[in-house]
Parts: sequence; structure tokens; C-alpha cells
Amino acid sequence: MDLLAQSVPILLKGMAITIFLGVTSFVLGFGLGGLIALARISRFTLLKALAIVYVSVFRGTPLLIQIMLVYFGLPQLGIQMSPVPSAILTFTLYSAAYLSENFRGGILAVEKGQWEAAGSMGMTYSRTLRRVVFPQALRIATPAIGNRFIALMKDTSLASVVTVVELTRVAESVGSSTFRYVEAFVVAGAVYWLINSVLSVGQEVLERRMGRAYA
Amino acid sequence: MTDDVAIHAQGLHKRFGDLEVLKSVDLTVRSGEVVVIMGPSGSGKTTLLRCLNLLEEPDAGSITVRGRTVSCSGPRQSRGRRRLIRDIRVRTAMVFQQFNLFPHMTALQNVIEGPIHVRRLPRSYAIEVGERLLARVGLTDKRDEHPARLSGGQKQRVAIARALAMEPEVILFDEPTSALDPELRAEVLQAIKNLAAHGMTMVIVTHEIAFAREVANRVVFMDKGYILEEQSPSVFFSNPANTRIRSFLRLMSDSGPHPELEEAS
Ligand SMILES: Nc1ncnc2c1ncn2[C@@H]1O[C@H](COP(=O)(O)OP(=O)(O)O)[C@@H](O)[C@H]1O
Ligand SMILES: [Mg+2]
Repeated sequence: MDLLAQSVPILLKGMAITIFLGVTSFVLGFGLGGLIALARISRFTLLKALAIVYVSVFRGTPLLIQIMLVYFGLPQLGIQMSPVPSAILTFTLYSAAYLSENFRGGILAVEKGQWEAAGSMGMTYSRTLRRVVFPQALRIATPAIGNRFIALMKDTSLASVVTVVELTRVAESVGSSTFRYVEAFVVAGAVYWLINSVLSVGQEVLERRMGRAYA
Repeated sequence: MTDDVAIHAQGLHKRFGDLEVLKSVDLTVRSGEVVVIMGPSGSGKTTLLRCLNLLEEPDAGSITVRGRTVSCSGPRQSRGRRRLIRDIRVRTAMVFQQFNLFPHMTALQNVIEGPIHVRRLPRSYAIEVGERLLARVGLTDKRDEHPARLSGGQKQRVAIARALAMEPEVILFDEPTSALDPELRAEVLQAIKNLAAHGMTMVIVTHEIAFAREVANRVVFMDKGYILEEQSPSVFFSNPANTRIRSFLRLMSDSGPHPELEEAS
């Protein structure tokens, strides 16, 4: 066990990178997903079509292939990127596709009467979205969005294949240097589970708070 | 057209696909007037109100509110026209059968939303006015409650305060009590009567005959997309000229209002 104990600092560092990857990509993907959802519901056919294609591509291909393509493909286009930003870019693009669908579902679930009440008082489209529709859509979509966040946290382990030294890669290297693969991966798995347990609790608290006004 | 006309609709046509819902409807409402619209389900009452507010764009005809006219036959998409439509919406407030309060806002926030974010009034002033309006519909103590915590009658009174907060030229009510349990109707009808007593211009779609008799200056009867009759309430209810109206009134007074039947429209 002492061999593993020596690995605690590096495991903690891996955990920090994992959290950094997950949180950063989620926040960026949240923003991008919101924009894609807007494009998807807009009446401009071109925007709408672009959004549909985007979502279809990023949901319809394996994340691992997206990671590889961004990591190996961008340099070929003359864009140099180190592994961490490259992974964050991929995770952002990928989760934005899913999140945009969650947002869209939430927006469509807002009652028609809400649009009408806002419209009948002369509110503009964009203000109606911001003041009336988004707050309700966000509440409706919160469970789905929370699940996305948790899934993304686990998906970040795929960054290990493009040399990002996050939790999974740390576990691999600890395993190979100590020949205690099983223990190393058990520890790594436990850490993922811990992170996501915290996220789950956060999600529940958020859902309860947002639902309070509606009770 | 003198300037005491609050809202004037001329030659309104509206179709949904093959269904012609409004067939050349003219309506003039003078300032301070209360017009009650009655008619069987599906006759186009809701559609007419929505056209007056331009929530629904008529296929032909024009709407004039305080001298500003939107015509529905010319080109549709100019920026100026969109602004004009918004302007008319601001001046014609709607009260819906299903209340349509904003569920994520408190009663007061519902009332001040339009004044702050559409009329661009200072927040402190909007709150002051909003509190006064909530007091006027008897809901001072519900100021900070969310709609989910209010009864149907209270919700509809908040909706009325929200409409008033826009200081509209006219308030359009679409069956404001039809979604309410009978014992909650009186409080809403009373709130509307108070507005009438204060000279508020209103167009009210309702099946409440006693209420209409008391509050209306004029009753408009719609049938199959036409205005069949416009009459003072005394004549309309006591001595209706048209047999359609007579049978409609008989049906209504026999069995009282039928919100569940109306629901289908
Ligand atoms: N958005 C719509 N699309 C298609 N048909 C509609 C729509 N709104 C109303 N209608 C139809 O128009 C007719 C008149 O409806 P409405 O104006 O709601 O009547 P009322 O309020 O008098 O019951 C009904 O037959 C209704 O089904
Ligand atoms: Mg109706």
C-alpha cells in the first residue's frame, strides 16, 4: 500500500486536471449549447439547418474519434494546440450538442400562454426569451443538464489517450510503475464516483431550490 | 373618427387554413366603454380579441388604437410596422382565461415586469405603482407569493393588476372566469366591475349574463365569424331580435355557463 501512498500527490493532481477539464468544458459547452439552441428555434432557415447538422454530427460520432480528430487534425490545418486545450475544445463541442437539445426541450416545454402573455404586453422576442422563457426552460432542463455534467466528468477520462495527464492516465502510470493496476484503477474509479456524488447532491439542491416557487 | 375612440377594427378577416374564423368584422370601442362579447363556442370571440391585440395577425382589415393604424393588407415585414404592432400591443392589455401569469415571478414581479421591461419605467416607481394596483385588486398581502401559491381567483386578479400596470387604452378579457370554480368567480367579476366604475375601457368575452347586464354598455353577439348583433344590454337580454340569440340565451340561462364546453375551443 505504501507504493500507492506515494502516488497520492500525483493522483490528486490528476483529479484536479479531471475536474478542470470537466468544469471548463461544461461551462463553455453550456454557453455554446445555448447559442445552438437559439439557432435551432430561430426562424432563419440557414441557422436552423446549421444547428441541426451540428447536433447530428457531434451526437452521431464517437467522442473518442472526435478527440483524435481534433488532436491530430488541427495541427495539420496549421493550428497548434497542446493536449489540454485540445481536449477541452473537443469536450466543449461535444457537450454543447447535447446541452443544446436539453435547452431546446426545455424551451419547447414552456407553455404557449407564457409567450402570449409576454407578447400581448408588447415584449420583444429576445426579451421574452430572456425574462420569461429561459428561466422556466432552465428549470425544466435542470435534471437533464445535471446528468450531462456527470456524464461529461466521466467522459474526460478519454483525454488520457491524447496524453492529458488526468485521473485515468495517472492511474495507468501508477499501475504500470507499481504493477498494482487493480488498486490504481479502483482508487481512480472511487475518485470519479466521489466527484460525481458531490455533483449529484448539488444537482438535487439546485432542483429543489428552483422548484420551490412552483410547489 | 373622433379621438374618444379607443380602438377601432375595420373589415377584419382571419382564416386558419381552410377555416374562415372572422369574416369581415367591424368593431368600434369608445373610451370608457365596456363592450361584452357573447356567442357560441367557436364563433371567433377569442380570435377577435387576439386580433385586436395583434397577438394574431388578421389576414385583412385594419386596427386603429388611439389614432395609430396597423393595416393588414399591405407589406408585412417592415421594421416600422413591427414597432407599430408592439406599440398597439402595449396599449391593449390581455387578460387570459388561463391567467398565464409568469410562474417564476412573485405577484408583484408579475405586475412590474411590463412597466420595467417594456415601458422602461424606473424600478422604484414601478414597484410603487405595482403595490397600489395589487391593493386595488385586494392582494396586498400576496405581494411576494408565487402564482403556484395563489387560488385561481387570486391569480386572475394578479393578471388584472398586471394588465392595469401597462396603463392600456383598453383591456381585453377572454372569458376571465371560465377557468374558475363558481365560488371564485365573484371576486374576479367584482374586480372588473370596479374597473368599469373607474371608467376603464374594456372588451370582455364572457358567458356571465347577470354580470354582462350590469357592467356592459353594449353587448356584441358573434356567430360563425360575424357580428350578428350589437345592442344595449337591456334590449339584448330582454328583447333579442334574432332567433339565434334567443336560443343562445335560453341555453345559457337554463344551465348556467359551461366552462367545460368552452374549454374545447
Ligand atoms: N391557432 C388556430 N389554428 C387553427 N384553428 C384555430 C386556431 N385558433 C382558433 N381556431 C379555430 O377557430 C374557430 C374559432 O375559435 P375561437 O376564436 O377560439 O372561438 P371562440 O373563442 O368564440 O370559442 C374554432 O373553430 C377554432 O377551432
Ligand atoms: Mg374562446
